[in-house]
Amino acid sequence: MRVIASIAGWVDHRLQLAAPIRDAVEHPVPRNTASWWYVFGSAALVIFCLQLATGILLAMVYVPSADEAWHSLQALNHQVVLGWFVRALHGWGSNFMVAIVLIHMAQVFLFGAYKYPRELTWIVGVFLLLTTLGMAFTGQIMRFDQDAYWGLGIGASIASRVPLAGPTIVKLMLGGPIIAGATLSRFFTLHVFVVPGALILLVCLHVLMVLKLGINEWPMPGRLVRRATYERDYHELTQIDGAPFVPYAVWKDLFFAAFMLLAVASCAWWFGPFGPSGQPDPTIIQTVPKPDYFFLWLYALLSLLPPSLETPALIIGPVVAIAALLLLPFLSGEGEKSWKRRPIAVLTVMLTAMTLATFTHLAGDAPWSPHMNAWSGDPVPAHLLRDTTALQRQGALVFQVKQCRNCHSLGDTGAERGPRLDRVAVRLTQDQLIRQVIQGGGNMPAYGKNLSPAETTALVAFLGTLHPPGQTPAREAARDIVLGSGADPHASATK
Amino acid sequence: MSNEPVLSRRGLFMKLGILFNGVVATTLGVPIVRFLLSSVTLSRQNAYISWVPLGHVSEFPAGETRLATFRNPFVTPTDGKTADSACWVRRIEGEQFQVFAVNCAHLGCPVRWFPQSGLFMCPCHGGAYYRDGSRASGPPERGLFEYPIKVADGVVTIRAGELPTPAANAALDRERPPCA
Repeated sequence: MRVIASIAGWVDHRLQLAAPIRDAVEHPVPRNTASWWYVFGSAALVIFCLQLATGILLAMVYVPSADEAWHSLQALNHQVVLGWFVRALHGWGSNFMVAIVLIHMAQVFLFGAYKYPRELTWIVGVFLLLTTLGMAFTGQIMRFDQDAYWGLGIGASIASRVPLAGPTIVKLMLGGPIIAGATLSRFFTLHVFVVPGALILLVCLHVLMVLKLGINEWPMPGRLVRRATYERDYHELTQIDGAPFVPYAVWKDLFFAAFMLLAVASCAWWFGPFGPSGQPDPTIIQTVPKPDYFFLWLYALLSLLPPSLETPALIIGPVVAIAALLLLPFLSGEGEKSWKRRPIAVLTVMLTAMTLATFTHLAGDAPWSPHMNAWSGDPVPAHLLRDTTALQRQGALVFQVKQCRNCHSLGDTGAERGPRLDRVAVRLTQDQLIRQVIQGGGNMPAYGKNLSPAETTALVAFLGTLHPPGQTPAREAARDIVLGSGADPHASATK
Repeated sequence: MSNEPVLSRRGLFMKLGILFNGVVATTLGVPIVRFLLSSVTLSRQNAYISWVPLGHVSEFPAGETRLATFRNPFVTPTDGKTADSACWVRRIEGEQFQVFAVNCAHLGCPVRWFPQSGLFMCPCHGGAYYRDGSRASGPPERGLFEYPIKVADGVVTIRAGELPTPAANAALDRERPPCA
């Protein structure tokens, strides 16, 4: 024991770090910050360390070459002992890290911790969020499969919309004319050198500022932040009602971090690694690319925005969002900290969370996407064909063969790109159906050139049968007067 | 001398040292920036684009649209399969062709051709195009990207080499004769 102490003494005589480290770990923090609400920052740091360790392990096998990356992932999944587990740890770790960073940010925002004098800590935090999302996006590209390949294509398409600089940005992003070897190499460089380097630097700054400025005290309603008095008040608080960070507060961080690590490991063990999906071969176009879960909300947004708003939203949206986050501590650097007296702050967090959750949930089903195989794969529900005429059955056939099913559902199958057609005859008269089929409109292509008159007649006859049993189909009153009632083919199709 | 000199000898040397470093850094910076901008420079010099053969005219029946693949003209040793590309070739009749990029004009997902309904459909956000590539419905604001075409000695050739995006295609659109 004495030997160890003397060696430690020898080292520290030269290094001189023991005293500052002791000061840092024993610095007094307000007692009420030893709360389970204050554990997310340290948990994010611990998950980041897990990402660093597993990332280094993966880099020992992974080959960042467009030709071989996919095969090296297969080797990791199937040949290297527990390679699948390390990949799964890294993949699930990234999901947890994004989630914990977002929760940490929401907590800091609700507790007013970004106010004076912690504005810079918040700003560094915003950049930490951006680098974390940068790691998530570049990491998805490391899994060099079809989703990664087409995801890069989507990234390039978005970048190319930037006015004037678009083509240059695309070339810089791809490293060449197309998504290929140079593209993967530069995203590998970003994912393992540039972004983690920035992340480590920013984490050090962030933690340093937390140590220098102290942990944000528990916000009490009515205790306002004022530049002139805050630091003195905070110092007094730590003297009167303070306790050393270690061990008074740290045990909760330790327990939560360990619990998070265990959660990552459990998910990794039970659910395994993510992909890779199909080979990144651009000539295989039978693919439906989808981003990883942290960008699903963006996928939904790009589908639901009106086309004319897309480019402005894509280019101006991120700039406005980042600027708002960066300006926040300057716009409300003083005043009330407690969420109990900041209803707009609470509403902002709730609205943001609900918007992201709704978009993410929607993107799971992607109702805006056509189902490319519905026309040949989904059967016409039998009850829709019962007691129908030969013409109407011919129409059902036309309906399938012309891929109407790829966008419209019947029964509960088929896509939801267009409206469900189970009750279409109640909504549209025969003439309106013909017009809609032939001319399209309202986001439907015109089929006039691709349907013969006989096919159109059959199709509309079938569509005319699609109404609930007790409900009569839509009729054109004028037609009844001119031709007499019963002339409407809808009527003859009534079951 | 009672007054301190405004600039001491050591102060001058420090400033000269900083200046010297600045000059060297700038000199070194030029090749480094040029290295980083390599892909932009080569693109501006049209080094990436050239005429690529897709196949003999007889491989594309008149009135039909078929998927063709080609090897990108600019290849690096680690590209592997990613240097292969696909495109939709429509032979209208005789030597009249249209060649479309598979990349949707919205965000670049691969569109598929459905001959029965005469539509190209995109699986991502639901863009649809007619057989002549014009926009039918969905989020795209324009028709499919088209490659310039040349038919020589019975071989269909397209001018290709860059990922079709709205920006890259603007350059190709300028090259195409107005009647095509």
